[in-house]
Parts: sequence; structure tokens; C-alpha cells
Amino acid sequence: MTMQATIVQAVNDALHTEMERDDRVVVFGEDVAESGGVFRATDELLEEFGTDRVVDTPLSEIAIVGGAAGMAMYGYRPVAEIQFSGFLPPAFDQLVTNASRIRWRTRGELSAPMVVRMPYGAGVRALEHHSESLEGAYGHIPGLKVAVPSTPADTKGLLTAAIRDPDPVLFMEPKRIYRSIRDEVPEGEHEVPLGEAAVRREGSELTVVAWGAMMPATLEAVEQSGVDAEVIDLRTISPMDAETIVESVKKTGRCCVVHEGPRTLGVGSEIIARINDEALMYLEAPVERVTGFDTPVPLLSMEDFYFPHPPRIVEGIERALSV
Amino acid sequence: MSDRESDIRASPAVGDDGGGEVRYLSQRNLEVPTHQIVSPDGSYDEGAIPDLDDEELCDLYRWMVTDRVFSRRMVNIQRRGELGTFGSTRGQEASIIGSAFTLQPQDWLYVGRAWTPMFMRGASMRDMILFWRGIEEGQQAFARQNSQIAISIGSHLPLVAGIAWGMQLDDADAVSTAYLGDGATSTGAAHEGINLAGSLGLPALFFCQNNQYAISMPFEQQSGANTIAQKALAYGIDAIRVDGQDVLAVYDAVQSARERVKNGDPVFVESVTYRLDAHTTSDDPTRYRDDEEVQQWEENDPIERYRTFLKSEGLWSDIDHDAIVEDIEAEFDEALAAANEFEERGVAEMFAYVYDDLPPELARQLDEFEELLERRPEMYDYIEQRPKG
Repeated sequence: MTMQATIVQAVNDALHTEMERDDRVVVFGEDVAESGGVFRATDELLEEFGTDRVVDTPLSEIAIVGGAAGMAMYGYRPVAEIQFSGFLPPAFDQLVTNASRIRWRTRGELSAPMVVRMPYGAGVRALEHHSESLEGAYGHIPGLKVAVPSTPADTKGLLTAAIRDPDPVLFMEPKRIYRSIRDEVPEGEHEVPLGEAAVRREGSELTVVAWGAMMPATLEAVEQSGVDAEVIDLRTISPMDAETIVESVKKTGRCCVVHEGPRTLGVGSEIIARINDEALMYLEAPVERVTGFDTPVPLLSMEDFYFPHPPRIVEGIERALSV
Repeated sequence: MSDRESDIRASPAVGDDGGGEVRYLSQRNLEVPTHQIVSPDGSYDEGAIPDLDDEELCDLYRWMVTDRVFSRRMVNIQRRGELGTFGSTRGQEASIIGSAFTLQPQDWLYVGRAWTPMFMRGASMRDMILFWRGIEEGQQAFARQNSQIAISIGSHLPLVAGIAWGMQLDDADAVSTAYLGDGATSTGAAHEGINLAGSLGLPALFFCQNNQYAISMPFEQQSGANTIAQKALAYGIDAIRVDGQDVLAVYDAVQSARERVKNGDPVFVESVTYRLDAHTTSDDPTRYRDDEEVQQWEENDPIERYRTFLKSEGLWSDIDHDAIVEDIEAEFDEALAAANEFEERGVAEMFAYVYDDLPPELARQLDEFEELLERRPEMYDYIEQRPKG
């Protein structure tokens, strides 16, 4: 059985389903209970699961993330929300210093099976600090998993997997497409394993890798270019499914990586390194990158310029094919 | 360094057995007075009125009305699609104006929900419209007045402490001021910033508008503390709690605080007020608070209370309220027209000011992007520049 849902509804559905299945799952964050979250991702959870399991916290990102780690060490399955990814940085310390290394520090005696959910990326015309895509920075933390869904079904499946995962997972939700895609989502329990990329389109001429909010733009660009491209949705930034990318590149010999975050030291750099490690001799051209610029995301009047729109991706594809 | 006394070096510690009782330090034993001059019914003690001349008393009124009209107009143009979003300050006028009225041009100011102080310091309504339209020149204009708006809640308190540190080193006749909200007091950055000020004895003034809500969260849930003011004691700095609907009390409190701060004694002021409108135009407060509560605060209107005072003082006849509103409306109309004149910018704007000197890779990205926009005009099917909101 399936139902039609948007990405934000799929988040809500996954939370409902997992909270029903496992009463150790506790949801908290700023404005998540009484008002159901600023994007309504946690709507109706308070009514269904009560004030012990759906909790409005003080305005304290450090306490939200560090508190989730502690609660997880104690045996609960916290799903914490950071209202916008631009407000995670204060809690970066708790991810780096605590959550990501509890298992390592205690030689497996303790662990921090927690999820931090947060909307990320540009495109909703908000104020400063509401538009960042820093998955590259978060993917750099050993011990932390980072997932970025791009479809409603994957949102439900990956969030479910994240909640069930024995290690901490940062779950980055593409708010630009929170409500713009409505698609089939399996009813009931639905899990999509972390660490597995998905081939969205099979092709032979080149491989295009993208994730999150870049997926619709990437698929549109591939359509426009008329190239027989293989399109891979990475889905999990860390641990990265390099095998799927490498196998595809061995077949196509060409690759273009697309991401919204800044170019320098971005996830694209790592993908290219993995291709070099495993498939250098199969490459017929340098791997191309189409990315956000190495600048802060402009404020809303010029925000649109930042996002790698389809014509930029088309150019990247053409460059990868031109040699 | 402040010359405060500490018994931490005393060896052995001086103590007693409490007569067999373990004694707690408790907020239950703490009395936190709230400074008020004009009571809600309009009565006041003549002797408590701050030392302001008639013109200044009338100015306070004009600025409060400015604040209210500006919020109303901004909400209206946002609804017409001419702004990204906006956070109204309605209900907080006494708190905002009474405090900002004490500041001097050489002071620095980093605000949370308070826009009119920027106008009081010389920025224009146009600049504020640009800010809410997501045009970087808004903050640039505020920075020229040594002022900024903090978007990341609480993040500015360590900055304000650092600015105060510089003032201390300079022996400057100035204070560094942070406006913050009740929610901000839960952030780590706020604690660290205030603590630094207390530790080094910095000329930092912390003005907290407790407007009762951090988006949906009421203050009673934000903290277990009965008041925000009492938190200052933990950093060894003095605090004042003031009725934020009483503009004279706010002025009096902050004016007194500023005098102390100037001499290296940081002060924390909690101004008890209320956000009558939504958090921003994207928020729906009916989801988390009831009309009855809002109505109570509507009836505790700071402008009305001050008007009663002005009438008692015989100053109301000097004030032409309708003419003031008309002037402000005209100022807003002009500001909006001026903001609408703001031209679309080139993409070089995105790369400007990231560094003092554009690194080669950034210069390359800019060149490539400019060329691409020329080569592929279809990019503009996806791009809308919105200088008019």
C-alpha cells in the first residue's frame, strides 16, 4: 500500500510510524510540540504521543544536540530537530566532541544512537543563516553518518533507518523541495538502508552524481541535454557508497558531480578522489563539478543566483563530454 | 579587572554547620523588584520622573509612534509581497524606545527585535526595508552607525563583550550594548558573552526584552528561573528588572545602567514586555497562545499608558498625534519609494566582501559565472532578482 506525500509529510509519517513502533523514540527541539514545527514536520505528534515524548526545548542548540547524545547513551532513541541548519554550528561542538565518538571513546560500552534532523539549503526566501548546505563539513566528522534524501519515499525510508541505526545520524532535509514534490510513499514501516546510493536513471554516456535538493535540477538538466546519462542519487554523504559511483564511471568513463554547497573542500572533492582511487584508468575526461560558489549564500534578493540551476549543470555535462 | 571580593583564596574556607541544617541557595528566597514609574492605571509619583525636559518627553512619544507605524506598514507591504518576511515589534515600543533613548552615538548597538533604534542612530527606514528585502546594503548602513541586527539568536553576545573589551582598552567614553530576547538567554553564546563581561569588568550593557515568547515557547518553559534578571547574579553582574510597558521606567533603568556600565560595571536589564504580533509574518501565533492572553496585553498598551502620563503632565496639548502619524507615514512612503529605486545588482556583488582581497579561485568562479550568464540567458528562467521584495 502506498500513499501520496510530500517530503515534509514523509518526515512526519516516518516519525509517527517509528514512535508507534518503538516507545524509546522521543522527539524534541524548538517549537516542535505545541506548534508542530515551523515547517509542520512534527505536526500532530504531541497529540498522539503526549508531552513526555514530544517536547519543546529551550532555544539551545547545544543542549538539544548534546542532550540527544546523553539521552541516547542512556538508552533512548532521540530524534532532535534543529530548526534551520544555519543554527547547527553552535552544536557542532557536541557532534564533534561527544555524539560522534561515544562508541569509540568507550570501546563500544556506550553509543549514541540519535538523529538530528534539520532543513538545509537555499530557496525559501528567509533571512541570513537559513540557506546553508554544509554537508561537506558534517561529512568530515568521523563517527557521524550524514543522510540527505531527495524523494518522499526515501525521506521516510532513510529517516526510519536513521532512527534505527546504532550510531548518530545527521539527517539533512532539502527544504527547497519540502512541498514541491508529491510522490508515492509506502504506508507503514519503510526502511531504506543508509550508505546505499540509488541509480535514478540508467545511461551509458556519462555519470552524474547529485543528492538532496539538487536532484530535480539535475534530472531536468539531463533531460535538457539529451545525453544518455546515468544519474546517481548519493542519498548518504557518509558513509559514502563509492562503489555505485565507481562501477558507473567504469561503464561511462565520464562523470559530473553536482552539489549545492561550496565548491572548495566540498563533497565533490571526495567523490573525485574516490573515482581517482578506483577508476582513474577508466576516465576519458576530467571529472566535472557544478557546485555552489565559495561565498556565503546571498541574502534573499540574490539568493537565486547561488543555486546551480539546470543550465549550469548542462554546461558541466557538456564539459565532461567535450574531451 | 573589577575589585570584587572573593573568599575563594581563603584557606581554610570559612563556614558553619547551619545549626544542623543544610542550607540551599534558592530563587525562592530571592526578591526581584520590578522598576515601574507610571503604573498601568496612569498614576505616578512626580518625584520619580526621570530628568528629561518637555521636548525629550515628547520625543519619546514620537519615537514610540514611529515604531508602531513602521511595524504596521512593514507587515502591510509584506502581505502585498514586497518583503521576504518581517518581525513586528508591536507591544514592545516602550521597551525599545526607552532603552535606545539613553544611547549615545559613540556607543555600539547589536539588536535582536528592535528596529527603530537604528533610525534613532541615523540609519533610514529605507535601509531597514532593504534589510528585510534581503539586500546586503541594509546591514552595511547599520554598520556605519556601529549597529547590527543579529539573526542567529544569542550569537552576538560574545561580540558585544569583545567590543566592550576594546572600549575598555581604549578607555573610551562609550558602552557596548546587546539587545536580546528571552529565548537568547538559553543559548551558550549568551552565557559566555555575559560571563566574559563580568569576568573582565567590561563596559557591556545587556538589554533583554522578555517579550514572553521565543516563537511558540512561553518564558515559563524557556527556563526554570522565575526571572531573567536573576541570572545576571551568577556572572557577578548587577541586574535591573523593569516594566517594559512603562517607557519612563525603561529609560530610567537603562540610563542608570549605562552610567555604571561606562565605568566598567556591566549591567543586565530585563524588560518585561509582550510581543503582540506574530514572531514573523511566517508564524501563526494562534497555534500556541489564546486570544484572551493577547487581549490582556493589548489592554496594557505602552503607548496608551504614556499618553495618560503626558496628559497628566499637561504635555498632551503640545502634541499633535495625527500630524506625527502623518509625518511618519510620509517618511515611510518616501523610504519605500527610495528602496524601490534600488537597482538590480551584478553577480560580482555575491563575491564582494567575502574577503578583503578576492582569492584567485573565487575570482575564477566569478569570471566563469559571468561568462555563463552571458552565454546562457536561459539561466534567467530560473533566477529572479528581487530588489523589491
